[in-house]
Amino acid sequence: MIQMNNVVKKYPNGVVAANGITVQIKKGEFVYVVGPSGAGKSTFIKLMYREEKPTSGDVVINGINLRTLKNNRVPHLRRQLGVVFQDFKLLPRLTVYENVAFAMEVIEEQPKVIRKRVMEVLELVGLKHKVRMLPNELSGGEQQRVAIARSIVNRPKVMIADEPTGNLDPETSWEIMNIFEEINRQGTTIVMATHNREIVNTVRRRVIAIEGGMIVRDEYGGDYGYEN
Amino acid sequence: MMSTEVITAMKTRTIARHFRESLKSLGRNSWMTIASISAVTVTLLLVGVFATIMMNLNKVASDLENDVEIRVLIEIIPDEAEAKLAEDQLVDEIHNLPDVEEVTYSSKEEELSKLIKDFGDELSLFEQNNPLYNVLYVKAVDPLKTAEVAKKIESFESTYEVKYGEGKVEKLFNFLEIARNVGLVLILGLLFTAMFLISNTIRITITARRDEIEIMKLVGATNSFVRIPFVLEGMWLGIIGSIIPITAVTIAYYNIYELLAPRLKGELFQLLEVAPLMLQVNGLILFIGMFIGIWGSFMSVRKFLKV
Ligand SMILES: Nc1ncnc2c1ncn2[C@@H]1O[C@H](COP(=O)(O)OP(=O)(O)OP(=O)(O)O)[C@@H](O)[C@H]1O
Ligand SMILES: [Mg+2]
Repeated sequence: MIQMNNVVKKYPNGVVAANGITVQIKKGEFVYVVGPSGAGKSTFIKLMYREEKPTSGDVVINGINLRTLKNNRVPHLRRQLGVVFQDFKLLPRLTVYENVAFAMEVIEEQPKVIRKRVMEVLELVGLKHKVRMLPNELSGGEQQRVAIARSIVNRPKVMIADEPTGNLDPETSWEIMNIFEEINRQGTTIVMATHNREIVNTVRRRVIAIEGGMIVRDEYGGDYGYEN
Repeated sequence: MMSTEVITAMKTRTIARHFRESLKSLGRNSWMTIASISAVTVTLLLVGVFATIMMNLNKVASDLENDVEIRVLIEIIPDEAEAKLAEDQLVDEIHNLPDVEEVTYSSKEEELSKLIKDFGDELSLFEQNNPLYNVLYVKAVDPLKTAEVAKKIESFESTYEVKYGEGKVEKLFNFLEIARNVGLVLILGLLFTAMFLISNTIRITITARRDEIEIMKLVGATNSFVRIPFVLEGMWLGIIGSIIPITAVTIAYYNIYELLAPRLKGELFQLLEVAPLMLQVNGLILFIGMFIGIWGSFMSVRKFLKV
């Protein structure tokens, strides 16, 4: 499903944020990516949705080799991925419903299909009754749930999250985590970069620890391993 | 069959969305929108005025060109038979020149009667002792070649003197050319200014909607899906900017034509008629407006969305 082979990422300023990463993530897995600040977690995530191109080495997602992927085929890749960020990235002028529907309009889905599917995912994240609200009328946790709804609305095979609970209090973080688990149960592969020690240590999954752009630990059911 | 229908339906819907988005965004940065439209308006106004004037000048020139003839006065030779021979030879020589369309002979008697017709009977006293020359009227294939042909005829032996347009033609052509070049430079400069302003407007729109574009790309929007609303926005700027020029040029020309056309009746040259000319000029204005709009936005989108 996700495969990286000796991937090196050197930014134009000379920083090497990935330094020979080789990893394989199978369909349906739930993977935490942990490590100190500046270790290269976000870079690792960005390489997967082709926000960044590897300097050398291969990244293969769902059989698509991102090194040889042409620019005009990137949308094709992105439609198979759901991406969630720490800062939610919602459109402030659009309602909850419109924010989620936006992702389907962009890929030119039919209006009938859009309406049904958007309500379905909003129900899954527990926001069915807030469809008409604007993002600034919602709590952080609710905003993140909208972002999650948007990321899964097109039924991606892989969901990638960069510190999705980074801006949320512990209780809200758990709500988000529960939604991720539910999505994972439905068969979606999840890769989640996080600093949340409690979650990693409680819901035991595969843990990939990155330091200095290298994988220093890759352990099923591992713990967080750093002091906060 | 089924799938084609679905695809067509999707396209229509998407196109409708792009149009909606492009119009919304015009209203959002109204200040820059107004600036760009003004620039386009000024540019197109000049394009329209210039095109109208140039096309009429061309018409005047070609009207006058039809009137350009070379008058070749034939050298007088005392012996009648020799004279006849020389005249025939001259006609042949002129016919053999390149770029000569027509050679007409007019004897000095015919010349005199023309003069009498134009200036009156007082001249008839010359009938006894005609001081005129036999004349050949020569027309060049291309009026621009008139001078060249005249020069060659001058060198023939039986030619006494060559007269044509008296420099008027050349002056008119020179003037036309200068006017055309000055106008083109001016308009090109303005076109670039307008395009620059449009690119800037679009750039501001894009910057304001960066987050939106980022999200569009994250969820898998194609480049053209992102780009089309901006290009349409540029097109609107061009179209709206052409409204005032089209109206103003049409009304102005209509009035000028109404004023001048009756006075030019029977003159050597005429103005172009309103309907066909304004259709062409307005078409040109609209086309250039849309072109700079689309091109201007295309350039700035391209720079911004290197996805
Ligand atoms: N676009 C960029 N250009 C240059 N250097 C970058 C860029 N993005 C990241 N870096 C550098 O690459 C290194 C890894 O950054 P990255 O964002 O991947 O770390 P991280 O593990 O996500 O950190 P954090 O936990 O703080 O989010 C850092 O040294 C960072 O300064
Ligand atoms: Mg990071």
